[in-house]
Amino acid sequence: MSGFEEYDIYALNKDFLGGEAVITFTDTVGRLMALKPDVTMSIIRSLSDEENANPTERLYYDEKVCRISRKSRRPKEILQSGIECIGDIDLFSTCEVISLAAEAIGIFSERFVIDISHMGIVTEILSESGASELLKKEIIRLMASKNVHELKRLLEQSEIENSVSERILKILRLDGAFEDSLSELSKICKSGASRSALSELIQLESALNSQRYFNRFRLDFSLVQDMTYYNGIVFQGFIDGVPEKVLSGGRYDPLPKRFGSDKNAIGFAVDMQSLEQLFDDDNSACGDIALMYSPSDAAASVLLEAGRLRRDGSRVLATKTASEADGFKKIIYFDGEGR
Amino acid sequence: MISITLALPKGRLGEKALCLLERAGITPAPKDNHSRKLVFDDERSGVRIFWVKPSDVAIYVERGTADIGIAGKDILLEYSPDMYELMDLEIGRCKMCVAAKQGFKYDSGKTLSVATKFPNIATRYYESRSKKIDIIKLNGSIELAPILGLSDVIVDIVETGDTIRQNDLSVIEEITDISARLIANKSSYKFKKSEIDAIAVALMTAKGAKENND
Repeated sequence: MSGFEEYDIYALNKDFLGGEAVITFTDTVGRLMALKPDVTMSIIRSLSDEENANPTERLYYDEKVCRISRKSRRPKEILQSGIECIGDIDLFSTCEVISLAAEAIGIFSERFVIDISHMGIVTEILSESGASELLKKEIIRLMASKNVHELKRLLEQSEIENSVSERILKILRLDGAFEDSLSELSKICKSGASRSALSELIQLESALNSQRYFNRFRLDFSLVQDMTYYNGIVFQGFIDGVPEKVLSGGRYDPLPKRFGSDKNAIGFAVDMQSLEQLFDDDNSACGDIALMYSPSDAAASVLLEAGRLRRDGSRVLATKTASEADGFKKIIYFDGEGR
Repeated sequence: MISITLALPKGRLGEKALCLLERAGITPAPKDNHSRKLVFDDERSGVRIFWVKPSDVAIYVERGTADIGIAGKDILLEYSPDMYELMDLEIGRCKMCVAAKQGFKYDSGKTLSVATKFPNIATRYYESRSKKIDIIKLNGSIELAPILGLSDVIVDIVETGDTIRQNDLSVIEEITDISARLIANKSSYKFKKSEIDAIAVALMTAKGAKENND
């Protein structure tokens, strides 16, 4: 994959980048180019260009992308790793992707949760409310921070019908095991798009409830993604001890549509940087063996000995400096003859 | 055994918050004003409290170093940290206002110069009114700015209004109400929900009792 593309693609889809700016430069023929800010968008664009090769593509990626950080306003490099399933998305594909998300987090820690929500339900309740775009944005902002007290006041002061306000507050208050939340949700979603979103969630639950990590799934409607891109099931993963989300994904059919494709898409990305915090281990060894030699030792002999020690795959550092040997699992002193 | 860490803002708001916490059954060892110690444990409630600069509470909570914190809504509105806001503690009440010299009138032909400690709040407020502004970020004594001609108006917190009045300024607009909020790190809230909810409930009860006594 190329590290840069024409800027136009990203100019039209800035919201997908969560408000972070693209790093641009002018190429040698005067075209405005962008350092790639997002792998998913590049993948979708390239697949939309192709003639219908396979009905469903299953891809994984592991790439560095660049953006201007919203907080620091400086350029930053992000390592994005994730998967995309693009084409004909059925219940199985959805379950497969969500299962893989759980398995991916499970490799790093057993103590994790995956929050699940459905944009179809949120979108429908909000459109029923008749709220202006500005008010909808504010409602979503308060939902995302579980700010029930301010949301209640906002809804009371608005012209939104009580019954709709009640539903917004009820879905935000959903808590507990997946199955229990679903039965509560069925009292709230009575018709239309939210009813079919509900049945999708019910089918998901029954397909996944025999999976190893099923008890880590929770319904949480404070999880709201940009409605311009995410139209269905969305999910985020958290690990105990890591302060921010480690995984984020969902169904994002509107994005391929923006590139003129009628394919459906679901995927997730893992934040590799946030996972670094799990490896804050003071005991982690710099290497396996520190081979201490002295200036009088023959370079060729030290080289041979280091090579011999490395043959079983050990990480070996040959050094004259005692302080460099700190943190190695074993220290060996070269005796001049080889051991 | 300590299970929850809580960040408190140094200063008057933090002292008020501590009173509320003590009424809620969280009693860290007494704070000695001559000591520079900043971390206090209450083994009975399992809560560790530490004191930080008010504008830093949200950073400690967002980064998970504190599971929960008490921060003024002004700080939350200015920095928009990614965290949960669980309740309004209704202490430290004041208002975010626009103030100016007595007799000031908006001139729609000119760019308005605004001095403030809260550039994001000021920008968003005037954007919503489609008014073009020039922001001057200051760190303190904001009320000096219009008096000395540095700016046309200021956007700042007003409590009793004494400072404003004593400097011959007046409040020309109220932007929003400010008070202390209980905030929680998103990840902490998922794994320590019952402990954090228990603290919120205890604070709610303590707050209610305070209102009955006032």
